[in-house]
Amino acid sequence: MNCGMIAQSIGLLLYIEAACMIPSFAVAMIYGGGDARAFLFSILSVSAAAFAARLVKPARKDIYAKDGYAIVGLGWLLASAFGALPFIVSGAIPHPADAFFESVSGFTTTGATILRDIESLSAGILFWRSFTHWVGGMGVLVLMLAILPSAGAKAFLIMRAETTGPSADKFVPKVGSAAKILYGIYALITLAQAVLLCLGGMTVYDSLVHTFGTVGTGGFSDKNTSVAAFGSVYIEMVIAVFMMLSGVNFTLYYSLLRRDWKSVLHDEELRFYCALIFAAALGVTLNTYMGGVYKSIVEAARYASFQVISIITTTGFSTADFNVWPSASQFVLLILMLVGASAGSTGGGMKCVRIILLAKIARREFLRLIHPNSVSVVKLNGKTVESETLAGVLIFFFLYIAALVAATVLISLDGSDLVTSATSVLSCVGNVGPGLGVVGPAGSFAGFSPLCKLALSLCMVAGRLEIYPVMLLCVPEFWRRGNH
Amino acid sequence: MNVIVIGDGNLGYSLAKSLSTDGGNDVTIIEKNAGMKNNTIESLDVRYIKGNGASARTLIEAGVRDTDLLIAATSGDEMNMVCSLTAKRLGASHTIARIRDPEYADELSQIKEDLGLDLVINPEQAVGGEIAKLLELPPAISVELFAGGRVEMAEIKAAAGMPIVDMPLKEIPQKIGSSILIGAILRGGEVIIPRGEDVILADDTIYIVGHPSMVFRFCAQIGIRVRKIKNVMLAGGGRIGYYLAKALNEIDMSVKIIESRYERCVELAEILPQTLVINGDASDSALLRAENIGDMGGFVSVTDKDEENLMTALLAKRNGVPKVVAKMDRAEYADILGDIGIDNLVSTKAVTANYILRFARGLQNAMGNFANTLYKIVGDRAEAIEFSANKSARLLGRPLKDLSLVSGVLVLAIVRKNEIIIPHGNDSIEENDSVILITKGRKLLDLNDILTGEETR
Repeated sequence: MNCGMIAQSIGLLLYIEAACMIPSFAVAMIYGGGDARAFLFSILSVSAAAFAARLVKPARKDIYAKDGYAIVGLGWLLASAFGALPFIVSGAIPHPADAFFESVSGFTTTGATILRDIESLSAGILFWRSFTHWVGGMGVLVLMLAILPSAGAKAFLIMRAETTGPSADKFVPKVGSAAKILYGIYALITLAQAVLLCLGGMTVYDSLVHTFGTVGTGGFSDKNTSVAAFGSVYIEMVIAVFMMLSGVNFTLYYSLLRRDWKSVLHDEELRFYCALIFAAALGVTLNTYMGGVYKSIVEAARYASFQVISIITTTGFSTADFNVWPSASQFVLLILMLVGASAGSTGGGMKCVRIILLAKIARREFLRLIHPNSVSVVKLNGKTVESETLAGVLIFFFLYIAALVAATVLISLDGSDLVTSATSVLSCVGNVGPGLGVVGPAGSFAGFSPLCKLALSLCMVAGRLEIYPVMLLCVPEFWRRGNH
Repeated sequence: MNVIVIGDGNLGYSLAKSLSTDGGNDVTIIEKNAGMKNNTIESLDVRYIKGNGASARTLIEAGVRDTDLLIAATSGDEMNMVCSLTAKRLGASHTIARIRDPEYADELSQIKEDLGLDLVINPEQAVGGEIAKLLELPPAISVELFAGGRVEMAEIKAAAGMPIVDMPLKEIPQKIGSSILIGAILRGGEVIIPRGEDVILADDTIYIVGHPSMVFRFCAQIGIRVRKIKNVMLAGGGRIGYYLAKALNEIDMSVKIIESRYERCVELAEILPQTLVINGDASDSALLRAENIGDMGGFVSVTDKDEENLMTALLAKRNGVPKVVAKMDRAEYADILGDIGIDNLVSTKAVTANYILRFARGLQNAMGNFANTLYKIVGDRAEAIEFSANKSARLLGRPLKDLSLVSGVLVLAIVRKNEIIIPHGNDSIEENDSVILITKGRKLLDLNDILTGEETR
């Protein structure tokens, strides 16, 4: 473990976090709330911490795979902790556990909140809350790599630990350029949505808050009733389309820019993702219509499709209270929470590509039972998937389920009902936001004990970083210097 | 520059490493067996594509259409030919292929033309040539050639008692009276680009630049006993051994090869009629003595195994061979060994990488002054580089003493037609000259890079 280099990277990360607070500071100044001072204080203290971390001089410059995991795991926990400062200092969320939960929920693009009355908060604080979605969606460390003038070969270790999906491949040779391209595409999508929302009659402030929540697939809104507050079909449609776009692997947009239509059209994950959205939306529409929740099929389709897209992309915006939907529809939403968006997108969950691979592995296993001597390989997009990657998918599946079970046991000790405990964990690990029961779209996580909030915060980080970096931090072997 | 390297073997890896760090090229590696993939992508800033480099689909995925340089460095010659041919058809601007089978070696110019190759690299032949140069000038630790062999740079160790020790460099021309130049001094791991006042100390390593015969004479003048090597023994009759024996035979040295595989011995006897082929184990000292190792002027160990080369080289040194060269591919070994008595360690990887980087550097600057030759010396810490001066050079016709040069750069020699000028302040660079420079701590892409900012305006 090269502690010096880890401290250097985290110092750099905190500088970038301090820089990320500047827009919120500006918003606070414009809207004249009392929170500008809180932001100034936060910016200065984060910079001071960054400066202190940069004082640690590394003995050697080389880092290895495990250092990459340590940078990402520790970096996210520290960035979230420092991100909670504005909430605490401004007095908006006085309790540290609450503030940490809200900050983690922002950075991990979960969108789960402990606030009961969102609209009572000042403009600057709400802007910061949503801006963390934007930064966390594509990744704080990827942002760092995009900004660095030259990210060396070792930067790949950091990028690999932060981006999502079963196998990390660069689509351009240099890590630095890959990060720049991803953020470039991300910024374009953000700009497009903000403009479209403004055209729909939103104020610039509201449109930015909802854009950050959408493209980061986070789900924080500045309205108590989320997107439903606007009651506009146009706004719902814009948000739904951009949620869907943000749930797609961003490297496909790069293929589009290179006019490589074929690889986009034939991408198995994209096809599965679209098909799943269509099927789920259709099913939920029919189920809610026939269950008598909505009077007309058009109305059912409007709410059902928005909710399906919001849940599968793990955004968590809501236009309807699905707590009152029939249980079959609720169950579909829970499955979508588990599946999640595409690898390499800003969304969470297990990722569609892993589900595809799991199904293919299962099919291969059946084939082997029928023809014991048969030899077959698993292919994705026409290419053979290496057996290491396949094993990785299976192990990831196990760890994901194990994390869900362990956390649910822990939360249920708090005394909540089974549906609330199970869905709050599922929603947090999948970075979705709302669950069912008390934590439904109209509810909040305020009722949990501080310990539960910390556990759920850890779940969110673990889910965002795809388990390994966070889990490795807890393994003693990870920190030992010797051979044991 | 966009570069594709096909093959993630020894050569492919070291090329990808040099190209991605040196000059910041965008490098994509294509490799069929992705066994080393993790190791490669964790240590190099490159893109890695698993696939067959000869298939159009893989090449297109790797972006062959916008590629400036494709290097085919898989283990198969034929594979490399097909890779570069396909790549050229698909739009790669320049292609380099490794072709090393001696059977193709004589037909290279034809193959090069037919496949549209820009460069063919035969690492074993290059190493053989490198070692032959060392045996030609025995005191030298390394010898590099410029301007088609008209200028030579020899690396020599200064020992106490030599007349040049403790002498300021500017006095050397008068006191020794030779038209050579000291291009660099290596003192305690530090490279010094010397000025006239600098003094050579005992145990310094110096780089002497000049016409080959002048360098040879200079060595004699400063008291190094230069005796031409007549007999050379080679341990290992692989490809390098073959090319080396052939090169040595051409400069009239008598060569003896010791090779352990009998079938290979028969082949060698067939293709190297002037060479004596011995079937046996080169690490067996009784055999070495029986073959008169004590009478050899030079001994070269070039088997596939670094460790074996090292041990047989030590054995030869113990038996009193004055010039011993060993092939050593692992740079780590060379670092930990230090000075153990073997005169030269030569690495196939380093020789080949130098060769290709030279070409790549030239390409990077195809519009300006073309870099013909580039040598990385003292483990990448300094570079000797040769440029052709064309109209775009802003220093033409101006005396060197009037130019404001950046620090750490020295003009070693100017080659004008057949004349070699060891430059003084009044000399100037003219159009079509070849200019040989040494530089420390900076990469030169163009002749104009040696001028300071003030000159640029």
